[in-house]
Amino acid sequence: MLAKRIIPCLDVADGRVVKGIKFQELRDAGDPVEAAKRYCEAGADELAVLDISASEEGRKTTLDLVERIASEVFIPLMVGGGISELKDIKALLRAGADKVSINTSAVLKPDLIRQAAETFGSQCITVAIDVKKDGAGGWKVFTHGGKKETDLDAIEWAEQVAQLGAGEILLTSMDNDGGLNGFDLDITSKISDKVSIPVIASGGVGNLQHLADGVTHGKADAVLAASIFHFGTYTIKQAKEVMQEAGIPVRPPKPSRN
Amino acid sequence: MNKEIAVVDYGMGNIHSIDKALKFVASGDNIKVTDKPQDLADADKVVFPGVGAIRDCVAALKSSGLDAAIKQAAKEKPLMAICVGMQALFENNEEDANSHGLGILQGDVKLIKDDGGKAQPQEKSQEEFQERLKVPQIGWNQLNLVDPDHPLYYKIAQNSYFYFVHSYYCLSDDPKIASAKCTYGIEFDAAVLSGNVFATQFHPEKSQDDGLQMLKNFCQWEGCK
Repeated sequence: MLAKRIIPCLDVADGRVVKGIKFQELRDAGDPVEAAKRYCEAGADELAVLDISASEEGRKTTLDLVERIASEVFIPLMVGGGISELKDIKALLRAGADKVSINTSAVLKPDLIRQAAETFGSQCITVAIDVKKDGAGGWKVFTHGGKKETDLDAIEWAEQVAQLGAGEILLTSMDNDGGLNGFDLDITSKISDKVSIPVIASGGVGNLQHLADGVTHGKADAVLAASIFHFGTYTIKQAKEVMQEAGIPVRPPKPSRN
Repeated sequence: MNKEIAVVDYGMGNIHSIDKALKFVASGDNIKVTDKPQDLADADKVVFPGVGAIRDCVAALKSSGLDAAIKQAAKEKPLMAICVGMQALFENNEEDANSHGLGILQGDVKLIKDDGGKAQPQEKSQEEFQERLKVPQIGWNQLNLVDPDHPLYYKIAQNSYFYFVHSYYCLSDDPKIASAKCTYGIEFDAAVLSGNVFATQFHPEKSQDDGLQMLKNFCQWEGCK
């Protein structure tokens, strides 16, 4: 049976994990490659690397980082951040990414989704959608890291990206992000019902029950979380146990070698 | 004895993952990524990964002469095809009725049906958590090994999880060549084994330890003499 995926996300800038900066152990490890390996060992089903470098130089460092992770970690690797052209996608795939996630550029140039899917295959094109409640019962799409509001209705945009050839949607609720109160289950389930492609839920996870709720109530195909894993609050193994108890099919964590 | 393993690069996709994974497991074997038909003829084994559309894949192979080299390799030496590589080995596919695969294997390549949530999933728990069968299938699914004792499955347990990402699936005409089955809405051929040809719908290079073990098994497999 197809397992629901747990995807830890590493935010990197200039080749360094940034969200984990307060987490002592991660800082001591220094290298995001070490963090990636540890997540992989712990049973992560996929890894997301989000490049938040502000400079061209930072992006080059990220490419190098992707290359190093892909040489040692043999699970799927999704990389996002700053992708605006086909050549950016090509460079990331060459470095060893299996999928890329496109956000702002997908909104500015929807044809990029179609071109990217035709050139590289839908399976490696994820469209990231950042949404916020509009106060009138709907959700609006935001771009530029949540700084700019668009006119796009979240559900309509999700349907459009699926039609353009995206292979997957990474849905982040800006209302919930960082709040540790769980995913926005309402918009997650609405979009998951509406599109035929898989939906990854993101934004707001504060405990392991939230991950399970994302699947059972949010109808997500995968759940993404950053801080609960980075800060060592919970392990991937514990997350899988909670999901398993909720009756969700998961890939069991490997038995400990010790 | 060290072997030369050619990885077919037909210029379209991301073959870096398979290259990196093979280099990780191949002790002493030489892994050569190549777009030259002659290299396939000279190699001891061939790995044929594929991504994207079958039609584009087959067209690219034909224009470079790699199609004939792959067909010849399939007769003479161990050949491993992965994902769209597997699909391209079959004669017919639903993706484009006018395009034909390499015809090395007989059977059909069909689209996973997104039923819009109407049909009844085969397994109850899928019904509980998902009203809609998503296409592509993306994620880890279990293998039902038809012959778990085969050297290609050395150290791989029955029902192990492997990583899939695909919108089409293969069903071979000859049920005897089905080597592993998988269920996603329907039951399909997750792997086939016919003579020297081993083809997988899943990505061993992305399936962590079990996937690396399978690649290692292929590196050590003598094929059918």
